[in-house]
Amino acid sequence: MQALFSQLVAGLSLGSILLLAALGLALTFGQMGVINMAHGEFMMAGAYTAFVAQGLISDAGTSLLLAIPLGFLVGGVMGVVLEATLIRRMYHRPLDTLLVTWGVSLILQQAARDIFGAPNVDVRAPSWLSGSVNIGVTHVPAARLFILVLAVTAVVGLSLLLKMTALGRRIRGVVQNRDLAETVGISTRSTDRLTFFIGSGLAGIAGVALTLLGSTGPTLGTSYIVDAFLVVVAGGIGQIKGAVIAAFGLGLLQATFEYSTTASVAKVMVFVVVIVFLQIRPQGIFSVRTRSLA
Amino acid sequence: MSILPTRRRPVRAVAVLVVAGLTLAGCGSRVGDSGASGSPATSCVDTSGSTVKVGFLNSLSGTMAISEKTVHDSLALAAEQINAGGGVLGKKLQVVSEDGASEPTIFAEKATKLISSDCVAAVFGGWTSSSRKAMLPVFEGADSLLFYPVQYEGLEASPNIFYTGATTNQQIVPALDYLKQKGVKSLFLVGSDYVFPRTANKEIKAYANANGIEVKGEEYAPLGYTDFATIVNKVKSAGAAAVFNTLNGDSNVAFFKEYRNAGLAPTTMPVVSVSIAEEEINGIGLDNVMGQLTAWNYYQTIDSPKNTAFVQAFKAKYGQNRVTSDPMEAAYTSLFLWKAIVEKAKSFKADDIRKAAGGVSYDAPEGTVTVNGENHHIAKTALIGKVGPDSLIHTEWSSGAPIEPDPFLKNYNWAKGLTG
Repeated sequence: MQALFSQLVAGLSLGSILLLAALGLALTFGQMGVINMAHGEFMMAGAYTAFVAQGLISDAGTSLLLAIPLGFLVGGVMGVVLEATLIRRMYHRPLDTLLVTWGVSLILQQAARDIFGAPNVDVRAPSWLSGSVNIGVTHVPAARLFILVLAVTAVVGLSLLLKMTALGRRIRGVVQNRDLAETVGISTRSTDRLTFFIGSGLAGIAGVALTLLGSTGPTLGTSYIVDAFLVVVAGGIGQIKGAVIAAFGLGLLQATFEYSTTASVAKVMVFVVVIVFLQIRPQGIFSVRTRSLA
Repeated sequence: MSILPTRRRPVRAVAVLVVAGLTLAGCGSRVGDSGASGSPATSCVDTSGSTVKVGFLNSLSGTMAISEKTVHDSLALAAEQINAGGGVLGKKLQVVSEDGASEPTIFAEKATKLISSDCVAAVFGGWTSSSRKAMLPVFEGADSLLFYPVQYEGLEASPNIFYTGATTNQQIVPALDYLKQKGVKSLFLVGSDYVFPRTANKEIKAYANANGIEVKGEEYAPLGYTDFATIVNKVKSAGAAAVFNTLNGDSNVAFFKEYRNAGLAPTTMPVVSVSIAEEEINGIGLDNVMGQLTAWNYYQTIDSPKNTAFVQAFKAKYGQNRVTSDPMEAAYTSLFLWKAIVEKAKSFKADDIRKAAGGVSYDAPEGTVTVNGENHHIAKTALIGKVGPDSLIHTEWSSGAPIEPDPFLKNYNWAKGLTG
């Protein structure tokens, strides 16, 4: 019984990590159709932001909380620069975008190696995030609980932004019908840029959170990028709620398979499940109806 | 915007990938050819002048650069010290460095270059077992020498390779002896999913079986795996007395963070690691590994005049914040061992060196080491260490005397059937 709950928690926690990694991608890939292979490197930039913040402010708690908005800003600015310099020229050329952003991701990894050195750096977790919290049936590592809360907050925040604000309406308008949105006077250029800013910023936040669990090094992003794409594709392109369901679904699947088999086999089984699922439902869990001609 | 160019581009991109693939395949077969043809060409090593060339072959780029750069640094220090002391047989060393780029095929290619176009007297380097296995036919084909400085899974011996890191019976077996002596009755094995951990765990299980230790679980994570919640849950519920860790690289960080967050501690369930050295501790975070155990043959904290001099010289050359670790020390030692053998043989020829090697010993920072003439490994003292609050590793237990290398575990009854 205890093992069951522990695994449930492990699955939900893995789901929240996947969600945090995929949320920004759901926006840039899902809403804008940009295959950004450098998304993982924006996460890495967020993680290094947490490291730098800790160098400036030695209190681990304060620096972590401060690193979250800072990571968002760093990731976002990097995203905007990438969008304005390269991606802008390649909308509707997915294969080129894929290759170019992959090149950018390699450049960013090497840049991190040159700036921070090749070995991993250590981001200390604040004392209130090390150890575990007793939730009655089982113990949950505090860091994982924190990431779960952070992921839920990010989803709620993003949904509110998309549903309630003028910017959100513009983003949705551009996704549904770019030409018509342009006709009614929405600046699709600035909307694209802002969407990319938010999506990349979310990657930065994910990076800050990941320092609590794993290593902070130049290749941090590469470990998550494939899973993040998997979540967005399985969830259905263009839908935040699809990403949420897919992330937790895949997290729970991985944890279940891993408990009964091994980590390597579980990974294979999750891929098989997703492939079979996409055969049956190629559009993913949810699909957005667009009126665009493309 | 016309539609045509947009349509054509994907095709072009695919074409580029195909061409790139073919080019790589071409390189691969070239390496194979030079290794396989291997006519034992008469060595082109030139010893007539006042210098002699040696090759350093380490990954200075790619994923392994983190570790191999440190080995390169300590090799460079050894060469500098040897030259300052008058060289080898009166000849100064002229170092030719090549980058193995973390790719076994490139290691083989660069080894060929060092041997046949630079004409080096010996090559020092390599780290991963796959890089060593790729270079082995090159060195055997050209009858040249490689000095390999890293602990590995054993079960190998080549007349053309000198192994100055530990083999299984000098690292893993002593670690198991230590645990047994401490009264550990059950173990949980955690490792990365590739050759070294799987081979090592096979040996550990055979040992456990023969020594009344129960193996309560065995888990492998893919290289670079970062979510250890489930594995740590399994470790926790299995309730073994200790964990034997053969994880490699970044996975260690995620594993130890999870381990600590799950409330597991070195006092209640210690983890013995075989691939965490001084270099890795800062990346994992001291808080996460303090008090955990490691198995090696050298620690920076060894208190001997020889080691103090080594650590001081290293810090003076590369910076006070640098640390020294087992593979670095083994690399440093390998160059001095080669010097000692060459001076005994009074020759730089591979064949003469092979004949003279047995019994040559060197007073290394780790203590006295002696070359075994039969299997070309060296006798080393095994040390179990504990990670201290100063981010260094302190010796907890020592085998007392150097252990004779036994790469095929011939002298261990429980290992029968492993090597068969």
